[in-house]
Parts: sequence; structure tokens; C-alpha cells
Amino acid sequence: MPDTVPHAFARHAVSPVTERAWVRHTLIALAATGLAVLVFAPLCVVFQEALAGDWRTALANPDARSAIRLTLTVTAISVPLNAIFGITAAWAITKFEFRGKALLITLIDLPFSVSPVVAGLCLVLLFGANTGIGGWMVAHGHPIIFALPGIVLATLFITFPFVARELIPLMTEQGRTEEEAALSLGASGLRTFATVTLPNIRWALLYGVLLSNARAMGEFGAVAVVSGKIRGQTATMPITIEMLYNEYLSVAAFTLAAVLALLALVTLALKTALELRHADQLAAIGHP
Amino acid sequence: MHIRIDQIAKEFGQTTALHPVSLNVPQGALVALLGPSGSGKTTLLRILGGLEFPTAGRVMFDAIDVSAMSVQDRRAGFVFQSYALFRHMTVFDNIAYGLRARPRATRPPKADIARRVSDLLRLIQLPDIAARYPNQLSGGQRQRVALARALAIEPRLLLLDEPFGALDAQVRKELRQGLRDIHNQTGLTTIFVTHDQEEALSLADLVVVMSMGRIEQIGTPNEIRTAPSTPFVRNFIAA
Repeated sequence: MPDTVPHAFARHAVSPVTERAWVRHTLIALAATGLAVLVFAPLCVVFQEALAGDWRTALANPDARSAIRLTLTVTAISVPLNAIFGITAAWAITKFEFRGKALLITLIDLPFSVSPVVAGLCLVLLFGANTGIGGWMVAHGHPIIFALPGIVLATLFITFPFVARELIPLMTEQGRTEEEAALSLGASGLRTFATVTLPNIRWALLYGVLLSNARAMGEFGAVAVVSGKIRGQTATMPITIEMLYNEYLSVAAFTLAAVLALLALVTLALKTALELRHADQLAAIGHP
Repeated sequence: MHIRIDQIAKEFGQTTALHPVSLNVPQGALVALLGPSGSGKTTLLRILGGLEFPTAGRVMFDAIDVSAMSVQDRRAGFVFQSYALFRHMTVFDNIAYGLRARPRATRPPKADIARRVSDLLRLIQLPDIAARYPNQLSGGQRQRVALARALAIEPRLLLLDEPFGALDAQVRKELRQGLRDIHNQTGLTTIFVTHDQEEALSLADLVVVMSMGRIEQIGTPNEIRTAPSTPFVRNFIAA
């Protein structure tokens, strides 16, 4: 008997706990506009500028090639290391009680609050050629600052919190009982980690790795200080882009910027593909 | 297996969870550790399972001192209060976990594992749920799967922490009988923790009443009911 339904009910037909239509539409429109203006449009412009110019020549440039190679190398070294550090730190914080835990949590967050330039300067002061360690390394032919190790260290510093920050809340919520169950069933510590802990955190871990991957490729401030900006040797992609732009070589700058953006988009696409492929399983294990 | 608990004590930093307690559990008994929260009953159960080490005292399995034995070597089937099923594994993989975790030399072949899992699923009267995930099961089903998983390792004894705590009254009654039946079939020495006096008195052969980290009384349900030895026991049973 639809004609007896009072008007007040009909108005909230969607759901009694949702907002009114105009509120919903305004919020959605605001979010969409914000994303379009602040995120999507700039990305389009970068690609447009790159494709409009002679991007093939820009890409063939040995300095550009070297920058891409260096950025990929730094990322390939620092992301796995940070995944390991992140898991270790999250494990220690969530599964054990120990003195100095609060301090450790604060230290993990430090890279978020310290300016990257300051971080870079700290590394120079610690490992520069006129310090003990730095001098010794230079004397033995392996300088840290103005070389690959310094860039990796700066990247590690900047991206340290990403994996740990993703894992800590999840592992706190999951507690220890599944691990205890595995141990009581006779599994070794290593087996427990591989078959129980890791599968339970894999999506958060993946997300943390993707975030730190994106940041590792894009880091500018800290790397700029320690790299010395030697073209073709220690200039990463973001640094090369800035140098090209300052020299009014805008096609070269935009081409390299487009490649950098493309790399980020590839990681994002990878994550989405994985989520789609494992959608059934994610639903079954009650993943948010 | 006969279990002897000899002057076991446990301290967590400043707080004393267990004053020295002693207890003999005869082979094949079904024992309830009964007490309010904070009475030390779960701590005692975890010490038996090897999930905590005592601050003092000894645990003997038959004639062997297992006080320093690792949790893996104890081979105690442990059913956790929240069941602790592996949420990313199917029921089959959950139950098979302990058998697959064995070292290669003693690990049964695949076909034997499969047979053992389906035997256990029949034992818990849920033969058709092997392919499901834990969050697709009801509370009572999860509890029974956790029991099957603990039984799969051919445990030397069975330890259950508040096995029926999270279930509604009807399911509770059914599962109590289920545990009694499984105990009768396997003959395993079984110890369970509960704060529900009715559950302890109706299910166990031997009831151990605990309070504030001490054992107040050890006796058959009849003895506890008719001859409570301390005011605490009398009040707790009457509650």
C-alpha cells in the first residue's frame, strides 16, 4: 500500500542514517572538484607538455638516462630495506613490552616532522668528507656524501615511517593470539612469521611499501643536500628535473617529470590490480 | 597423561598472578579451573601449555619435568578464548596447520593429512565446512574448529581457555555435551578455564576453585557443592 507511506519516510528512502541529497551532492562535488583541480589537471599538463615537445630526444639524453637509472637503483635498495626495518619496528612495538617503547614510537615519527633539508644536512655533518667515518670512507675510495650511499641513506631516513606506520595499528589490533596458536601447534618462530604474521599484514605491508616507493622516487629536499647534484652521476630524477627547469629546458624537464609521474601511476595501478584480483579473498578474511 | 603442578608461582613485574600452587591431575580427567577474572586460572593454563614460564616451581607431565620445555615440544592442544583461528586460511588449512608444521621426518603424507582433517571434521560434526573461512562460520562452529585444530596434532593433553565464553546459552549447552563426548572418545587429560560455576560443576570430574592467585579448594563437583571449604567458595558457588 504505497499510498499510505507517510511523506517523511519517503524523503529518507535511501537510508535513515545518510545525509540529505543536497548535502551528499555538495560533498561529492567538492571532493571531485578538489581532486580535478589539484591532482588531475597538473598531471595532465605535465604529460601534455612532454608529449607536445621532442620527448624522444629528451629521453635519449645520457644525463636523463643516468637520472632514471639512479632513481630506480636508490628505490630498489631503500624500499626493501625499509620494508624490513618497518616490519621489525612494528613487530617490536606491537608484540613486546619493553623500556623505551614510547621513545621508539616517537623516533619512528621523527622523519615526518623534521624538514628533509635538515635531515640531509645532518647526514652531511655525520658522514661528510671531513668527519671521522666520512673521511675514512673517502680515503678508501667509497665516499658516502655526494655519492650513492648518501642518497640511499637520505631516502631511507625520509621513507622510514611509511611501512611501520601502516603496520603498527593493524598489528596492535590483531594481537598475539594467532601467533600463540601457531606456536602451540608446533610451528617454529620463523614458520609462524611466514605463515601467520606475514599473510595477516600483507595488504598493509603492500600499501606501506607502495607509499614509501612513491616517496623514495620523488624525494627532493634531503637528497638534494647529500647528492651534490653532479649531473650524470648523483643527480636523481627530481633533482635533474629541477636543474633542467632552471635552465629553461622545459621539454626535457617535463619529459622527465612525466616519466616520474608515470612510474608512480604504475605502482598505483599495480596495487589496484592486486586488490581486484584478490577481491574474493579480501572479502572472506574481512579486510576493510 | 598425568600432570603434576608443583609449587608453581608467577609474577608479572610487581604484581603476583599466582602464589605457589600445587595440583595433581590424574590421567584422563576432565578438570575445571573455576574462578572470577584475575584469579590466576588463565595464567595457570598458559603455564601448562608453555605460553608462559613460571617464576618458580615445576610442571611434570608423567615423570618428566617440562617446566623449561618450549611450547612447540609440549604438544598441548590449546583452544584459545577467542579461538585464534587463522583468518586467512580455510577451515581445512587451519586444522591441517599443526600436521604441516611438523619437521619433514615426522610429517604425514598429504593424503594422510587430508584423511585426518576429514576425520576431525566428522568428530566435531561439521563435515562440510572444509572450504570455508573462519569469518563465514558461526561462533559455535568456530569453537569446534578450534577444538579440531588442537586435536589434529595428537596432543598429550587438551587445554581450553573459557571455551564457551563468547556463545549464547543454547549453543553453550550443546557444545558442553560435545566436549564431554570428545573427551570420552579421546580419553585425553583435559583442563578448561571458566568463570561459570554451573558450567564447571556440570561438566568436570574435578573442580579447582581459584581466587586471587590461590587455589581455594580442589574437589569433585559434589564435594564443592556440599562441602565448600572456605567462605569464598561458598559465596562463589551460591552466586
